[in-house]
Amino acid sequence: MIEILKDVLTKNGLLFAFLVVGSILLLAFWISKWLTYKRIPSVAIAIVIGLGLAFLGENKGISDIPIFAGMALLGGAMLRDFAVVATAMGADMNEIKNAGLAGAVSLLIGVSFSFFLGALIAFAMGYTDPKSIATIGAGACTYIVGPITGTALGVPSDIIAISVAAGVVKTIVATIGTPLIAKTIGLDNPHSAVVFGGLIGTTSGVTAGLAATDPKLVPYGALTATFYTGLGCLLCPSVFYFMILFLVG
Amino acid sequence: MKIYGVAMLALCFLVGKVLGNYLGLLIQIDGDIGGVGFAMILLIFSNSYLKKKGLMQPETAYGILFWSSMYIPIIVAMAATLNVRSAISGGWVAVCAGAVVTLGAFFLVPLIAKIGKEKDEKTPDL
Repeated sequence: MIEILKDVLTKNGLLFAFLVVGSILLLAFWISKWLTYKRIPSVAIAIVIGLGLAFLGENKGISDIPIFAGMALLGGAMLRDFAVVATAMGADMNEIKNAGLAGAVSLLIGVSFSFFLGALIAFAMGYTDPKSIATIGAGACTYIVGPITGTALGVPSDIIAISVAAGVVKTIVATIGTPLIAKTIGLDNPHSAVVFGGLIGTTSGVTAGLAATDPKLVPYGALTATFYTGLGCLLCPSVFYFMILFLVG
Repeated sequence: MKIYGVAMLALCFLVGKVLGNYLGLLIQIDGDIGGVGFAMILLIFSNSYLKKKGLMQPETAYGILFWSSMYIPIIVAMAATLNVRSAISGGWVAVCAGAVVTLGAFFLVPLIAKIGKEKDEKTPDL
């Protein structure tokens, strides 16, 4: 009996994922309404439940468990990016034009700030090899920039693992922290959302954080965040690495 | 038909991704730079063009809006498939670097957000 049930759920993984995520959102809605009196948005609660479920698995979170493998397809890059693009239907072109300059500035500052602050922390915590420092700094940009920089510079895999971990921590902090801090930093309009996307940069964290804050802001943040990883991959293993080499080496 | 909307969305997405990968190739990075951004801009333009021409049927738009509304469930699924364990087992360096950088960047938002806004206030004076 159980075997047949498991078999059906595994073979129809994506559909089971719809059911699982739908149930999480419903549960989150109830928690938000009855336990927090809507003070904490249900989306934020749902994301935290999701992060909690990720502990049940290993590298790929809950999708490491065979019956939940469909979660990896539903939450994977393809459908995520597809849905992010679809949110542009609600975006206002004029808002984007107005925020264009601020968005470009925020991208440059965002990548440099994350890299050099991350590198400084690595240095302060005992890393002296410029290649390792640059890789950890790159990981503080996003979990994609880290390994790309590390591979380009030829650092050992444990340093690459640290850089990926730093990027994932960034995603998690952005996801949980954004709705909590949004009011304080004036993140309640498209203009700020464009800047926010450029400063934080990790597409998953930016879009999840904005979704938990106000879903209307998602397309604006996603628009700049999508350029961040590319810019990071361009600057970190080259110009920024040489600057670290100059400072430390 | 709703599928027209989904197909149009897929077209914008794929064209954007191809452009992003070409841009990556151009500056010699093996990857996609801004693909999602290009796709979003394409979708915004084609949507407003089709609306002007009166070709954007409500049914077509629903096909796109459905995927737009699937965004939050997808993010919840994504959160559940993150490598949360490695984030913590990466040690204090990873946790400090990731957290401090993100919190620091939060507080840069109001500073840099001033850039375009000052301009906005000046324009009416000109």
